[in-house]
Amino acid sequence: MLVLGTAMREGKTLMDWQAFWLTVRLATLVAAVLVVLGLPIAYWITYSSRRWKFLVEALVSLPIVLPPTVLGFYVLVMLGPRSPLGRSWQAITGHTLAFTFEGLVIGSILYSLPFAVQPFAASFAAVDPRLMAASQTLGVSKFKTFFRIVLPLSISGLVTGVALSFAHTMGEFGVVLMVGGNIPGVTRTVSIDIYDKVQAFNYSGANVTALVLLMISFAVLSTVYALNRRVWVWK
Amino acid sequence: MNSPLMESALTDPALLRSSLLQSGCVSVQIRKQSGTNFELDVSVSFPPGITILFGPSGAGKTTLLDCIAGLVQPDAGRIATPEKIFFDSALGIDPPPQARRVGYVFQDLALFPHLSVEDNVKYGISSLAAENRKRRSNAILESFRIAHLRSRRPGEISGGERQRVALARALVIDPQILLLDEPLAALDAATKSRIVDDLRAWNQEHRIPVVYVTHSREEVFALGEQVIVLEDGRQIAQGTPHQVMSAPRSETVAQLAGFENIFDATVTSAHEERGTMTCKLAGTDVELETPLVRADVDSALRVGIRAGDILLASPKPSGLSARNLIAGRIVALVQRDVIVVAKVNCGVEMEVHLTLAARDSLQLQIGRDVWLVIKTHSCHLMGIL
Repeated sequence: MLVLGTAMREGKTLMDWQAFWLTVRLATLVAAVLVVLGLPIAYWITYSSRRWKFLVEALVSLPIVLPPTVLGFYVLVMLGPRSPLGRSWQAITGHTLAFTFEGLVIGSILYSLPFAVQPFAASFAAVDPRLMAASQTLGVSKFKTFFRIVLPLSISGLVTGVALSFAHTMGEFGVVLMVGGNIPGVTRTVSIDIYDKVQAFNYSGANVTALVLLMISFAVLSTVYALNRRVWVWK
Repeated sequence: MNSPLMESALTDPALLRSSLLQSGCVSVQIRKQSGTNFELDVSVSFPPGITILFGPSGAGKTTLLDCIAGLVQPDAGRIATPEKIFFDSALGIDPPPQARRVGYVFQDLALFPHLSVEDNVKYGISSLAAENRKRRSNAILESFRIAHLRSRRPGEISGGERQRVALARALVIDPQILLLDEPLAALDAATKSRIVDDLRAWNQEHRIPVVYVTHSREEVFALGEQVIVLEDGRQIAQGTPHQVMSAPRSETVAQLAGFENIFDATVTSAHEERGTMTCKLAGTDVELETPLVRADVDSALRVGIRAGDILLASPKPSGLSARNLIAGRIVALVQRDVIVVAKVNCGVEMEVHLTLAARDSLQLQIGRDVWLVIKTHSCHLMGIL
């Protein structure tokens, strides 16, 4: 509390709000994209009977075990002007993807993918398949069944996935450093800022920023667990 | 999906007429292999009214229902109603469950836990206009006596009420066939019979085939107009409950039925204080003392007696605790393995199982007059719900 009080008095020098809001923007965007992207992937992983499904599952989960620098390195190469993606992006927008906010978004999506897909898939798998069968015999298509039955019954997994990918992106470091570098207002996120402050012996600044990050992460997770305990229990 | 044949069936008057002649009968001839050692291979038809699908667990009853509903694809065969082909491997017709209009009440009911009773019931008619939807769901909620529960969730109502919701949800789509997978197994007899009454009343108006899966022999006698017995994926008997259960001695059916002797009877008097009542076997003067059940005098029920529960005596015994002593004459005596099967005519024909030694020491033979001794509690009453 004392540290926070100090932070409020001295404002900017202790807390880089630009980096903070950039990080929030990044995490929100990534969490939103991961809902759109993660739901179909999780659906496919849950219900597909393809033999090579395990490969996709392993691929999606890779960021959990892969060192962020390794992931970051490959993303950097992928975004660079020598890759097809980097080249076509450059042809369309006129600048490269590396060291931009967009590049950061792409890297973060890959980095946080398992944190969204795994809770989604786990909650889909927990939905009684007979409910889906019932929905189909009642004339409702598989697509509508997903939105009317599967998704409402998976709401806790959905919230968990969104919260985890948000919190995970808030605190990412390795991938950001590799892909985005450290450009204020563009790619400098909170964790980069902490690293910067420590490098410059600004320990009180690092302390405040770290504490803010810690509190946000804790608040997000405790909200998720509280919600999962009380609400959405259909029994 | 829209095969030329189906369209022609709808437009060709001759085809349409010939299908109308079958008046709502759903015919099923399918084969379905599942796993390495189970194959469903049946050829059955379900006329309007209740057909019991009876058999031990693992006989393929649920698989058969799933094939009809389109949830499982048969390997080969044909499933058709007069109006529509559900499956035809030769023609390559296999519409999805959504296109079949099959009412299906699952074993665990599969009510949607996050929706209210009303929304569960309305689920299958969401494409109708709001006013029409409201009218249809209200009507069915009324006829299954669950209108007062409309805003409750499935988790907040009783088991019997949940059954009613599941029935209403399946029937509101106006199905061509209703499939019930052991829907009432967990309910007490009184709740069960009230629900069956409401289902019967509904089906009086709509006259569709109702396929009722059970492995409870009591339900077979209570409900069925027709019984199909499945074992190991094959139908081993078909007919009225009476025919099937006392029909040619398929060992499995006998085992499933458990009762070699099944008779129609009427209640002649009840003795509340003694916990018994007297029933007269239909078409005879034979009166049996039976355990007391909740049934009015003059009401009809069925009595089942296992052949092994009946004693034979000659001459007339005295000083017995057993309350039923009936005179009869042996009309058949057959040795089957190590038991002797005697048929005794006492107005009805009762099957009695004895040991070889008992036959010899009583010197039983065809034409001999004997006494049947039956304990009160060996008479099992089965209600006609």
